[in-house]
Amino acid sequence: MTLVETASHSVYQGRSRPGAPRLLAGLADQHVGGRQVGLHEHERYFGPLPLPPARRGGYAASAERSAARLIDLVERSGLTGRGGAGFPAGRKLRSVADGAGTAVVVANGSEGEPASHKDRLLLRRAPHLVLDGLSLAAFAVRASEAYLVVHRDDRRLVASLLGAVQARKVAGLDQVEISVVGIEHRYVASEQSAIVQWINGGPGLPTFAPPRTHERGVRGRPTAVNNVETLAHIALIARYGSDWFRQAGTQDAPGTALVTVTGAIARPGVYEIELGTPIGDLLARAGGPTERPQAVLVGGYFGTWLPADVAWQAPLSGPALRSVQAAMGAGILIVLPESSCGLVETARVVRYLADQGAGQCGPCVFGLPALAAALAALARRGGSGHGVDKIASLIPLVEGRGACRHPDGATQLAASALTAFGNDAWVHDIDGPCLGVRRPSLLPIPHGRGAL
Amino acid sequence: MSERLRVNPIACTAHGMCAELLPEFIALDPWGYPIVPDEPVPDELRWLAPKAVAACPALALSISKGKPERR
Repeated sequence: MTLVETASHSVYQGRSRPGAPRLLAGLADQHVGGRQVGLHEHERYFGPLPLPPARRGGYAASAERSAARLIDLVERSGLTGRGGAGFPAGRKLRSVADGAGTAVVVANGSEGEPASHKDRLLLRRAPHLVLDGLSLAAFAVRASEAYLVVHRDDRRLVASLLGAVQARKVAGLDQVEISVVGIEHRYVASEQSAIVQWINGGPGLPTFAPPRTHERGVRGRPTAVNNVETLAHIALIARYGSDWFRQAGTQDAPGTALVTVTGAIARPGVYEIELGTPIGDLLARAGGPTERPQAVLVGGYFGTWLPADVAWQAPLSGPALRSVQAAMGAGILIVLPESSCGLVETARVVRYLADQGAGQCGPCVFGLPALAAALAALARRGGSGHGVDKIASLIPLVEGRGACRHPDGATQLAASALTAFGNDAWVHDIDGPCLGVRRPSLLPIPHGRGAL
Repeated sequence: MSERLRVNPIACTAHGMCAELLPEFIALDPWGYPIVPDEPVPDELRWLAPKAVAACPALALSISKGKPERR
C-alpha cells in the first residue's frame, strides 16, 4: 500500500531497488559540501510529493482519510526514530494526531552529536527529502505549522534551506507553512523539549516532563518532534509503501539507516546501511581500520564502548545492540585504535558533556563535573587504588536524576568504559597511566573544550 | 491508588527540607539534592508526604498518583 500511486513517474522506482542506498541514492558522493539536489531533480528522481493538491485555509475534508492512511502506513513500516531514542515513528504521529488541539510538527536537524554528520549531509545535499517528510508528517497530524530546526551558526545551511523552502512555496507544494528556525549550538539545545521551549520564545533548555512535547509542546499544542532522517524515510514510505520499506533490514528492525563512521578508519564518512548489517561489514566498507582496533564507540557520546571483537560481530540494529547493552543512538561508530587510551578519551568526552549541560539540575551541575574529574584522575594519574570505585560510586548518583536524559547519557558512556576497558582501568588504578594518554584526542571535542 | 513523590530537578535548589521530614524515604546526595525513590511512599509515611510537599521552599516537590512517571 502506498499513499498515492506515484512510483511509476520516478526514475528511482523505489520498488525495484529494495536495499541501500535509498536516502542517498540520488547523490553521486557523500560529501557534505557537495551539490544540492534541486526540487526539480528531486521530483524527477523520487517522483512527486504524494499529497492531494493544496487548498487554501486548511485541509480538504476528503483528506481526512488519506491522513489516517498515512499514519497506518508509517506504523506498518516499522520505522523508528533516527535521532537517538528510536521511538516508533508511527506511534508518535498517532499520539500527536489524537491529542487535544491543532498539532504542530518539528523537524529536528540540529545534530548535537559532535561526531555525527548524517543530518547535515541530508539537509545540505537532499533537503527536499526532509521537507517532503515534514510536509507529509504535518498532513498526517493535520498540523497548522511546521518548523525545521538547525544550528543558527551554520549560516550556509540556513541560507540553502530557506532557498529550498522558497522553491517549494513557488511550486505550491506544501499545505502548511514551513519555518526554518536557528537554535544555539549547545549539546542539550537539540533535546526536544529544549527546541520546543526555544520556539515558544524561551531559553533553549530542556523542561521538566510531564507534560511531554507530544502532549503539550509548541504553544501548548500537541507537537511531533522528529529527526530529519526519520522524516526523509517517511517521504519514501509515502511513495513506495510499507512493504517496500520492509524489504531492507530485518523483521524487528526494518529499513535502512545513515551511520557516521569515524576514528581510526580508512574512509570516514556517512554510510547508508540496511539495519542488521554487522558493524564489521560496515567498517570493511569504510576501508577497514587504519590501526589494530581496540574498541568501537557505538551510538555517539551517549553511547557504549564495545571491545573490538564484540563490536565487529554485532549487527547494527536497536534490538541486536540491546543484547550487548548498546543502542543505535544517532548512528555513530568511532573506531578506537590499540594505541589510544579509552579512559582518557572517555574522560574528555564526559568533561565536554559536563560543560554542555543546561546548568539547571543539581545532580547534573555537580555530578557530571565530579564524574569527569574522577575519570580524568584515573586516566591521567591513577595509582590510587580506588579510582575505579570512585567512578562506580558516582554513576548511580547522577543517573536518572535530571529533567532530561543528558546526565544519563554521560553515565552510560562512563559505565561502558569501565567495562570495555576494564583491564586497562585496573592497570591505571594500580600502576598509573598507560602510554595512550599522551596521544592527541581521537574523539572530536568542539570548541577545544574538554581539556583536562 | 499509590502515591509517589516527584521532585522537579530544575526547580530543586537543595534546601533538603524533604529529607528532613522523610529521612526514612528520602536521602540526600553529596551535593545536598534529594534522591527520591520512584516507588510508592510506604503507608506509614503517607501522612508526611503532603507536609514535605508544603515544606519545600522551591515548590519542587509534588505528589503524583498512579504509575511511575520516569520513562
